[in-house]
Amino acid sequence: MRYVILGAGVAGFAAIESIRQADTAGEISIVSDDPNGFYSRPGLAYYLSGEIDGKALYPRSREDYRALNFAFINARARKILRDGKKLELEGKPALEYDRLLIATGARAIPLNIPGADLSDVVKLDHLADANTILALAKRGRTAIVTGGGITALELTEGLLARGMAVHYLLRGERYWSNVLDARESQIVEARLQADGVVLHYHAEVTEVVGRHKRVIGARLKDGTIIKCDLFAYAVGIAPRMELAQDCGLACERGILADERLQTNDEHIFAAGDVAQVYDPLTGHSTLDSLWNLAREQGRVAGLNMAGRRTAYLKSAPFNVTRLAGLTTTIIGTVGRGRDEDVLGIARGDSETWRELPEAIVAQGGFDVNHVRLLLGENHIIGAVLMGDQKLSLPLQKMVTHKTDISSIRDMLLQPNAPIADVLADFWVGQT
Amino acid sequence: MSFLNLFKTDSTRRAVLTAGQVVPESARCVQCGICSYNCPIGIDVRAHVWRNESIVHSECLTCGECVARCPRGALRFAQTDLFKRSGA
Repeated sequence: MRYVILGAGVAGFAAIESIRQADTAGEISIVSDDPNGFYSRPGLAYYLSGEIDGKALYPRSREDYRALNFAFINARARKILRDGKKLELEGKPALEYDRLLIATGARAIPLNIPGADLSDVVKLDHLADANTILALAKRGRTAIVTGGGITALELTEGLLARGMAVHYLLRGERYWSNVLDARESQIVEARLQADGVVLHYHAEVTEVVGRHKRVIGARLKDGTIIKCDLFAYAVGIAPRMELAQDCGLACERGILADERLQTNDEHIFAAGDVAQVYDPLTGHSTLDSLWNLAREQGRVAGLNMAGRRTAYLKSAPFNVTRLAGLTTTIIGTVGRGRDEDVLGIARGDSETWRELPEAIVAQGGFDVNHVRLLLGENHIIGAVLMGDQKLSLPLQKMVTHKTDISSIRDMLLQPNAPIADVLADFWVGQT
Repeated sequence: MSFLNLFKTDSTRRAVLTAGQVVPESARCVQCGICSYNCPIGIDVRAHVWRNESIVHSECLTCGECVARCPRGALRFAQTDLFKRSGA
């Protein structure tokens, strides 16, 4: 059996591992246009900030790769020939496959304004992008970051850690407004400002201004020009699905895959950020851009490619990140949408937090701790936890298992309720 | 391990830190490598987390560097079976 995996992100790598588990003799090739192979793409944020060096980004050693026995081909894929089951590559011989996995991930949506093609305009998709940013940060003094969500903040914090003065431009009135509430946005913004970031609200860039092909500033909608030597953007990502579209695979917002990660071609599978995967529980096909879901999809795709029928079961949506130095967990439904299910919101701050039982041994010691719970009629439907993470595991379990919390619901909703204590006591009683 | 273990008294907490081990929650991990990078004795903590295995390593000091530095809170301490207290 010849397996070809397109894309060397976590979905592709997880597929290699699971194929090898099921088929020790098959021939596995992994094709990527990124010469650096498999490294931790989320780790790029910490490489930028200087918390790790470039070598630390690689989770696996050469010995690990040898044990998995696969060929790495650094090439850009040009075309999938479904009839002949071949993958055409640029400048390299075509690869024949019996099973193909498309795990090409997503790429940053390009900035569509004049000046976006200047050499000091950067994004953060690949290791090469991070290296470009580091080289520019060495000689530049001032950076502008525009965009939202996690990547924009990672760029902001990375550039700041590299000694640049950073202007962060927000299009709206606060940070990540579709996920965080006003208080949480304010916590993040205040911490950024305390670190020296200059925040600009309602700031829309209309042009990156350059001279001799170099960035010298950005023009805002109101005509203001902010000077800078580096312009970084993170305005969203889009699945890299052109090859799939060109060969007629069914695509919507991503490549459509069933619960076995199979596309409408029985020889081709899709996993990771590029795949829009059918969820039998909801009947919908969803696009996720979470690293751990990509890993699980890759694992399941690999097993199915090797003939072991396995269904992908999506776990409850759950994301962890670090926002302005605070470990943050976002569980279940927390942002806009499905508001009709939210019957109450409970919030706790750092003061109530300090009363948590000391024996919950998880990450703590933050100067700010915050919890927000979205309560349904009898259960918690979502939670945001910033700082202290001791309640994270219990909350994940309570949201996933729809634990009946009606006995503490009123207590949680009281003004200035000691939410952390109430939850901790409740959880102890449950276990 | 029951979650009850996590909600015990301060003395238990100290016991966990001295006689415990580092336990991963691999769903939070993105293999960034900060844990391995900062381990003072060079344990490849990240490889354990990928396999969702506790850091059972004879040289682990349970110093807590990896737990504190993980940007995604993927690591915590738990008592080992070896030093398990009554009722745990």
